[in-house]
Amino acid sequence: MTDMIAKDGVEEETVEAVKSLSGEYKYGFSTDVEMEYAPLGLTEDIVRLISEKNEEPEWMLEWRLQAFERWKQMEEPDWAMVDYPKIDFQDIYYYARPASMAEEKPKSLDDVDPKLLETYAKLGIPLKEQALLAGVEAPEGERKVAVDAVFDSVSVGTTFQDELKKAGVIFMSISEALKEHPDLVKKYIGTVVPQSDNFYATLNSAVFSDGSFVYIPEGVKCPMELSTYFRINAENTGQFERTLIIAEKGSYVSYLEGCTAPQRDVAQLHAAVVELVIQEDAEIKYSTVQNWFPGDAEGKGGIYNFVTKRADCRGDRAKVMWTQVETGSAVTWKYPSCILRGDDSQGEFYSIAIANNFQQADTGTKMIHLGKNTKSRIVSKGISAGKAQNTYRGLVSMHPKAANARNYTQCDSLLIGDKCGAHTVPYIEVKNNTARVEHEATTSKVDDDQLFYCRSRGMDEEEAVALVVNGFCKEVLQALPMEFAMEAQALVAISLEGSVG
Amino acid sequence: MLNIKNLQVGLEEEEKQILKGVDLNIGEGEVHAIMGPNGSGKSTTSYVLAGKDGYEVTGGSATLNGEELLDMEPEERAAAGLFLAFQYPVEIPGVGNMTFLRTAVNAQRKARGEEELSAGEFLKEVRAKAKSLKIDADMLKRPVNVGFSGGEKKRNEILQMAMLEPKMCVLDETDSGLDVDAMKLVAEGVNALRDGKRSFLVITHYQRLLDHIKPDVVHIMADGKIVKTGGPELALEVENNGYADILAEVA
Ligand SMILES: Nc1ncnc2c1ncn2[C@@H]1O[C@H](COP(=O)(O)OP(=O)(O)O)[C@@H](O)[C@H]1O
Ligand SMILES: [Mg+2]
Repeated sequence: MTDMIAKDGVEEETVEAVKSLSGEYKYGFSTDVEMEYAPLGLTEDIVRLISEKNEEPEWMLEWRLQAFERWKQMEEPDWAMVDYPKIDFQDIYYYARPASMAEEKPKSLDDVDPKLLETYAKLGIPLKEQALLAGVEAPEGERKVAVDAVFDSVSVGTTFQDELKKAGVIFMSISEALKEHPDLVKKYIGTVVPQSDNFYATLNSAVFSDGSFVYIPEGVKCPMELSTYFRINAENTGQFERTLIIAEKGSYVSYLEGCTAPQRDVAQLHAAVVELVIQEDAEIKYSTVQNWFPGDAEGKGGIYNFVTKRADCRGDRAKVMWTQVETGSAVTWKYPSCILRGDDSQGEFYSIAIANNFQQADTGTKMIHLGKNTKSRIVSKGISAGKAQNTYRGLVSMHPKAANARNYTQCDSLLIGDKCGAHTVPYIEVKNNTARVEHEATTSKVDDDQLFYCRSRGMDEEEAVALVVNGFCKEVLQALPMEFAMEAQALVAISLEGSVG
Repeated sequence: MLNIKNLQVGLEEEEKQILKGVDLNIGEGEVHAIMGPNGSGKSTTSYVLAGKDGYEVTGGSATLNGEELLDMEPEERAAAGLFLAFQYPVEIPGVGNMTFLRTAVNAQRKARGEEELSAGEFLKEVRAKAKSLKIDADMLKRPVNVGFSGGEKKRNEILQMAMLEPKMCVLDETDSGLDVDAMKLVAEGVNALRDGKRSFLVITHYQRLLDHIKPDVVHIMADGKIVKTGGPELALEVENNGYADILAEVA
């Protein structure tokens, strides 16, 4: 019974949240702070400058330069089902930071420019060390969330550092980690997503400016949720963050990632890399609520989101769970993947991708089964409205040694209106005859009878759509941590506003 | 309460007249029944009152306490106090029955400018009302109508009606597909809502439901019109002699 109230509580908030928010992108404001930019465009000097600004060790610079050399030889991929004007990589700023964050970095959050703090307050991100979203009924008592806030190219600050340190957990920006724990970074960076992986990952390797670093020592269950909040503020600036999470033997961490950007009519580039290393019996839950500015109703502006995320289950019985709610971006190109190397390791991928107006999403996952008895599960819910195109692209690969490996894929598409599209592109490779792959796919339209039923009970059309769509996404929403589930439900509703009637 | 005048309705998609001038006046606190052969237009009448798409009103009016229903959106009709218990309740996967109910209750309260029910108040009310309809906690938790038996679906409609406290309740074949015990339960649920003010329009094919929900007035509908109106004895006449005699009489 208590269980029911908690879950119901989550959904009930949806409609209230929808009502309380306007129909427009809510995070579209920009912050007026003095910014420091690197010169426009990308050259070797820019790569050196970023490394220098971060006061990095020499090997890091070498690594970046190597990536840059490689990138210059590479071609932008064009196989995804997305269509956007050619990006001029020389017409982008690769580094921007608030002037107040220059040279003398603030020692604690209290010293951070109030304007920056205000930005996060406005976004609803708690940088004060308090429970996220006060008033949420949390089943296991009070829940704390540590936040690393990244503003354009730099991390503004990280909360709960002391408490985490006591538990032995390292949670800081990657630029700080390069100073304080260079050996750890050196040992793991690029080992999951190699420099050469793909065009955007190579670009990121050359120019990443900041991001989060997490290290959970052997046997430690991280005492709180960790989260990074990415905010693109500066105009015409790319955001290239890099996140590295290492879970040692038998450890556990749940990590959340959130993103927003101001409403601008020129598109902006976001090319991130996320690497997860999971050792024996360890588990990482990685949740994303991606709410970049999607462009306006005519399709102008928005974020081009090209992201490489990969988890390497190195040890036996290692577990990873990716959960993503993708509501934003003009263009999304993203395939969080799992390498199931350890025997009995498990990968799960839960995804909601919503595309409205002129948005284009090409997203999915890759499950690479290398070890024995490895298991993976994919649940993808794609929702298309307006003139949007939504593609699920998934690879399940069973290698010769993956005896008794199992995959289950469920891929559901929901269409709202008749000008949008949904596409499912599964790739399946099985090189072991004891492996089993199951794939189910459905495409449906929002049912008029369901909407009429809701409306005859008093809900307006948008409430009705939000309710039905949230029902469609239920399995994925349930995979999110409580706090995010509510935010995600509200987002689902907001991003579909104007899609009916 | 409900006044339907010369209501004429066709289909939007094709040239077909379904209701050919329906007249019906239901006063405060009254219970009326509409009986009639299959295809006579009973469900269409209820759908048009509730505002379902696909029908075209070509003439007439339907007012609830003087307000024209036909000009309103479905949700406005609900907020004005109209409730339709569906002949075939719709399934909504993934949406908890309780969530659905609370969203509906609060949407109507908001539309009427009333304060929303708190989670606690709501829960207390639902549990009490669910209990009298023998709806258990599990059914409240399950997704709306998904995997419900015929009887469960109909009981669930009555629960929604009890929670929404409408002024005018239209029940479309709420008895169809129910065994005797289930029908009694539903009838008790309906009777519990009779308070001398709330009005009911009970659509049914058979007389047996009317043994449990006693109507004040019985109408016979045939071929898109009310062809005969009388007291409860009219229902018995149908039960004993079928529709043929009545239809022959009015032809
Ligand atoms: N949406 C529709 N499309 C086509 N025909 C319809 C539709 N709705 C009702 N009808 C037709 O209208 C007539 C009346 O139907 P209905 O109102 O369901 O009758 P009843 O409920 O009395 O059995 C029937 O001939 C039925 O086939
Ligand atoms: Mg009918």
